Amino acid sequence: MFFALQATTEGAHEWSPVLPGLVILLPLLGFVINGALALTHARRSADAVRAGGELDLAAGDRPLTHTLPTWIGPGVIGLAFLITVVNLVGMAGADLHEPIIRTYWTWIVTGSLTVDAAIQLDQLSMVMMLVVTGVGFLIHVFSVGYMKDDPGYPRYFAYLNLFIFFMLVLVMGAGYLLMFVGWEGVGLCSYLLIGYWFSDREKSDAGKKAFIVNRIGDLGFLVAMFFLFTTFQTLDFVEIFSAAPERIPYGHSVATIITLFFLLGAAGKSAQIPLYIWLPDAMAGPTPVSALIHAATMVTAGVYLVARSSVLFALSPIASATVAGIGVITALFAATIALKQYDIKRVLAYSTISQLGYMFLGVGVGAYTAGVFHLMTHAFFKALLFLGAGAVIHSVHHALHHTDKDWDAQDMRNMGGLRKHMPITWATMWIATLAISGIWPFAGFFSKDEIIWAAGAWAGAANAPYPTLYTVYWVLALVTALLTAFYMTRLMVMTFHGANRTGEKEAKHLRETPAVMWVPLAVLAALSVFGGWINVPAAISESFLGGFGFLPMGENFHHWLEPVMAGAHEIQAQHLGEISHQAPLFGGGELVWALASTGLAAIVVLIAARVVGGQKHVPAVDAAEPRGLGRVLYRKYYVDEAYDAVIVRPVHALSRFSWRFVDDVIIDGTVNMAGNLARAFGWVGSLFQTGQINTYAFIFTIGVLVILGWVAF
Amino acid sequence: MITEALFVSALIFAIGTLGVIVRRNVIIMFLCIELQLNAVNLAFVAFSRSVGIEGQLFVFFVMTVAAAEAAVGLAIIISIFRHYESVNVDKFNLLKW
Repeated sequence: MFFALQATTEGAHEWSPVLPGLVILLPLLGFVINGALALTHARRSADAVRAGGELDLAAGDRPLTHTLPTWIGPGVIGLAFLITVVNLVGMAGADLHEPIIRTYWTWIVTGSLTVDAAIQLDQLSMVMMLVVTGVGFLIHVFSVGYMKDDPGYPRYFAYLNLFIFFMLVLVMGAGYLLMFVGWEGVGLCSYLLIGYWFSDREKSDAGKKAFIVNRIGDLGFLVAMFFLFTTFQTLDFVEIFSAAPERIPYGHSVATIITLFFLLGAAGKSAQIPLYIWLPDAMAGPTPVSALIHAATMVTAGVYLVARSSVLFALSPIASATVAGIGVITALFAATIALKQYDIKRVLAYSTISQLGYMFLGVGVGAYTAGVFHLMTHAFFKALLFLGAGAVIHSVHHALHHTDKDWDAQDMRNMGGLRKHMPITWATMWIATLAISGIWPFAGFFSKDEIIWAAGAWAGAANAPYPTLYTVYWVLALVTALLTAFYMTRLMVMTFHGANRTGEKEAKHLRETPAVMWVPLAVLAALSVFGGWINVPAAISESFLGGFGFLPMGENFHHWLEPVMAGAHEIQAQHLGEISHQAPLFGGGELVWALASTGLAAIVVLIAARVVGGQKHVPAVDAAEPRGLGRVLYRKYYVDEAYDAVIVRPVHALSRFSWRFVDDVIIDGTVNMAGNLARAFGWVGSLFQTGQINTYAFIFTIGVLVILGWVAF
Repeated sequence: MITEALFVSALIFAIGTLGVIVRRNVIIMFLCIELQLNAVNLAFVAFSRSVGIEGQLFVFFVMTVAAAEAAVGLAIIISIFRHYESVNVDKFNLLKW
């Protein structure tokens, strides 16, 4: 995408973006139309049910509410993508150093706070827009095939369009508050789409879990914004980032506090320790949703947040070290869990958490470009993996459906040998597997290697803040890379190789997916192969790994993002000094370690293929629960159980106490006592009211006498 | 002179009040109210000797109002009697909670 675009355009010229607002508005338009169709469709279905029948989609009864979303849903995203590409070409030729701000109206004016509804176009938001609309478009197309028999089809596309809209607001907003709007909006869409099949209790619970865990992170985001406002009196990116280096001294606690609260927000959205627990459960949603929201785009919002705030993070070495630490620990932790999962989507979910950990490591060691680069390549290959998994699940589900076998269509133990039934899915998923494993020359090799190398280089920097710590990070990152290669190969072998375990009758119905589903896979596969070539360090592209400089590789992406990251890089250059060109342990340069890591990963892939291929697999119903360490991993380190015991139950108990004691006894008791007292007094008073005129006259007389006596004396 | 007149007035008023309180027959109670009114009238007249003509003037007002009141009161008593077939106020106890 970025190939040569920059290099060939010599004379920089003025550039005005083409309809940037329309990129945001188109998905919103899609949401409105699809939403209206969804409501119409819901009413029609309800009418049909009331009339005693139901809409039979499989039998070809496809009303307009089903044909229109097919075109509108992906259509608006495709158009948005086209506009984005046009703008990309313009931006590449413009040699842009300052972001372009388009202000539409003043949104909030209160006290000293003024927030404009403005979008910001720069190199970073452009990358994110491309990923969101590009990968989003492919996933929309895939969804047409995947969801075609679903009764909620128009509703699905309405939610999906709405998600793209909010995601674009998140990445294009020109200030933190607008970003927060998108941040909350994608959380809402995530909740809606995880609980898309809301009649299933487990799935709607998963949606709630995601929403609630994200709330904790959002609190961090909010508090960080409050601190930002008190420090800078504004929430605009441009103003904050230009003022920050002068306003906040390097390493000052203000930067640390702000960035640590941002980190809490980012950890919630991007599923990092300790808030990662919602992401595996989020797999309850339709698989394309997992691909779009929970792999390619929304979960990377945290990385985008850190990259966007790179100036602030660069000012705080403590916060940066924390980001990197959380990232690398999450990466390792999730990778070990993925080793022993059987649900194909859960393996991918933990793999996503692990890869997000890499991105956090990248932005934590100051390699913001590398983090965003991995974000992009990960969007390609992880979306591909999820869509491939979706194709597999789709196929297995239909096969099982034919004989009404109630086996789990997502359990890899029920698969095996799918290669001969689904060759395209098999081939594309292997490409993605090699990419995520970091095998040369696939995309993941370049992006992951750059992050790992940056961790090592940071450890050896002249004034590195915590050299030992970063060395540890570097080692853990290398280990995680090998685990990645193992669990991904295990997934591929269990799914596609060996003997089929779905059942003899069922296997006859296993089919390759239709073109509407495999074409997006093929496009993503191509991106997974070549996507990494846009950011290859000179040391590698000039060696034989880059065809001695003859392959179209270069540091394009790095140069592309340089204007956005310049502020952070300046701070780093001032305070860290020269970064190392030697690995912190054993010595050796970037090329040596790149070779070593890809070589080791390749060996691990081969070993995993032999080991997993040599194991005897049985269908899930016959399988025994793993023992020993395997069970701990299978049970995900019992983290959910621990959270349940330490957080959920105490909160429940506290809520119960507040309800049963504070509310029922104290508050209601006080209110009831006031009422009861009034009633008691009234009862006493009513005793005087006998209905006897004589009594009244007597009391009246007494009263008169009392008053007279009081007046007289 | 005025002391005796006021004493008689107070005595009659007290008798009237006591009657209203202790008697159960509604006609008697009604008569007792008339006693009270006339006790007051007596006091007015007695005071008019020393204060002025206004006291006697007031007596006429009281007498006209008492006449109207007697007409209305007796009408009410008759309609109550038709309802209860009694003049005993112990039975007229609906005026309560």
